[in-house]
Amino acid sequence: MAVSASPVDEPRTIHAGAPKVDRVFHGSVRTVAIIVLVVFGSIGLFLGKESISTFHQYGVRFLTESDWEPSLNRIGISATLLGTVLVAIVALVIAFPLALATALYISEYAPARLKPTLVSLVDMMAAVPSIIYAAWGFFLLMPRAQFVAHWLHQNLGFIPIFRVDTDPNAAPWAQARYTGSMFIAGIVVSMMVLPIACAVMRGVFAQAPIGEREAAYALGGTRWGMIRSVVLPFGRGGIIGGTMLGLGRALGETVAVAIILSTAFDFKFRVLENGGSTISKLIAERFGDATTVQLSALLAAGFVLFVMTLMVNTVAAVFISRSRSGAATEA
Amino acid sequence: MTAYPYGHLPLIDPEATQPIRIDDVQVDGSQIDRGGIVDGRTADATVVLEDANGSSPQGGARLEAVNVSAWFGTNKVLERVSLSMNPGTVTALIGPSGCGKSTFLRTLNRMHEMVPSAKLSGEVRLNDEDIYGPKQRVTDTRKRIGMVFQKPNPFPTMSIEENVIAGLKLIGRRDGRHGTDRDELVERSLSRAGVWNEVKDRLHEPGGALSGGQQQRLCIARALAVDPDVLLMDEPCSALDPTSTRRIEETIGELQYEVTIVIVTHNMQQAARVSQYCAFFLAEFGTPGAIVEAGSTDKMFHEPDDQRTKDYVDGRFG
Repeated sequence: MAVSASPVDEPRTIHAGAPKVDRVFHGSVRTVAIIVLVVFGSIGLFLGKESISTFHQYGVRFLTESDWEPSLNRIGISATLLGTVLVAIVALVIAFPLALATALYISEYAPARLKPTLVSLVDMMAAVPSIIYAAWGFFLLMPRAQFVAHWLHQNLGFIPIFRVDTDPNAAPWAQARYTGSMFIAGIVVSMMVLPIACAVMRGVFAQAPIGEREAAYALGGTRWGMIRSVVLPFGRGGIIGGTMLGLGRALGETVAVAIILSTAFDFKFRVLENGGSTISKLIAERFGDATTVQLSALLAAGFVLFVMTLMVNTVAAVFISRSRSGAATEA
Repeated sequence: MTAYPYGHLPLIDPEATQPIRIDDVQVDGSQIDRGGIVDGRTADATVVLEDANGSSPQGGARLEAVNVSAWFGTNKVLERVSLSMNPGTVTALIGPSGCGKSTFLRTLNRMHEMVPSAKLSGEVRLNDEDIYGPKQRVTDTRKRIGMVFQKPNPFPTMSIEENVIAGLKLIGRRDGRHGTDRDELVERSLSRAGVWNEVKDRLHEPGGALSGGQQQRLCIARALAVDPDVLLMDEPCSALDPTSTRRIEETIGELQYEVTIVIVTHNMQQAARVSQYCAFFLAEFGTPGAIVEAGSTDKMFHEPDDQRTKDYVDGRFG
């Protein structure tokens, strides 16, 4: 057969010739995906646009001022932002070891019969409404956790974050100083972070390849040895990713924090002490009776939170996808 | 994932031989008595091997399976397999897919019991001591009876060097058994596995970056580093190209005087090349896998007693 000789050797265009069904399906899922992106983008755009006037009016002071006193025209989020981060850190410090241990137990140690039950129990923790956690934290946890806080203050008070502005050894110690703190709010938030982090970790642990597991056992390794040399290195991406996904949740948690944490706008690291604020709590509480100017300021605070959680979740997604594909283990 | 021919074997009457749980395996009379009713073929095979055993001056330990039966759930996959695997000798286990040879290999270093529903009866003796005995620790057994798998499985997060000494770390031993230091041990193990020259300049690169054949030899080095008495190989070349296969076979030839080697292979030419003794497994329609015939490789390939062995080694089925 004669082939028409082209003077230059260049790639020819190949027509996909996909069947109609494929094209229709392709088109519809793409449309849905685009809608999701548009909605998401519009949230960011809206928040950004609404907060412009605030940033314009207050400038850098919006980020450095700790007080939120619209009547005195003193508006800033430094204390609130710090509170947001501190509550999230407390939540993670508690949730991380619990999630890791739970995930390891479920994926490596639990009897096969028990596994599905445990998995759904942990998943159910994620389904409990935050207001329920808030009630639990306020009525059940707080009266007890204040003793823990007091003990920490007494024994570790020399560490700045465990300081409380009161005398720990006073005869009737100031119990009220240890309630409504970022510490207690963090404990409650940790219960909401735990199921998310645990589910992600469990997912990657379960994917640790059977070949490497058997290799570790065949060398005479114990189960813990196998976990250390195979499961944990393999799941590193998932451990980091799951924790950061939990962090995203912790940063944005509203109701439980709003109920438990007593409002205070001090720029302080003393997590055991009564009082504090977070961005979501601030917005939830001040939204109702805000003037136009204040509304813009609240949305600006929301914008900061939005950007922060977006960054945390993006980094988490990168870690998780890298560990799923096994890329993290090839480094 | 390594695919084992579990699960598609026929269900047998569980009353015929009652499965016992691994941790219940006792050296009690009833077990041994029951095993005494071995059918003629298997008994013959054992005798042949023991005749050929003699006393061997080489390294390695004598491994002897006595009436090993195995189950997955109620599915019996191995029927009273008895076989001696002797020092200085490469023993090949051959047979068609699903005949239980991999399962048998995994009963030899207690990897069989990793499968939750796995059960077993009979004894596996390492230098006359039952590895399933009540005082035996499974980790100690596996230290002495190493294993190389079908698919190369170096630890992907570790470097080549770390892979070699991974076994020592896993069992909490700092140096080699003979007081050699770490670098020496790494070099010695990699040399014994025939891969030292190829990797000596990149010991700190990840093990996963090597070619398939090199990875498999790294796995052999890793198994050798803990100084086992027996090395089990489960189709170690089936995922490799012919050149790598040849290198592994050479390695097996060099190692056979230091460690007792048992190799499962689908490749009959390979069995003929590397082994001196050979056991032919078969799971005939509706029955669990069993040894049809065992004997010197030469005899098995040229004048087998059983017609089925002849058909198999001549490539008429399987």
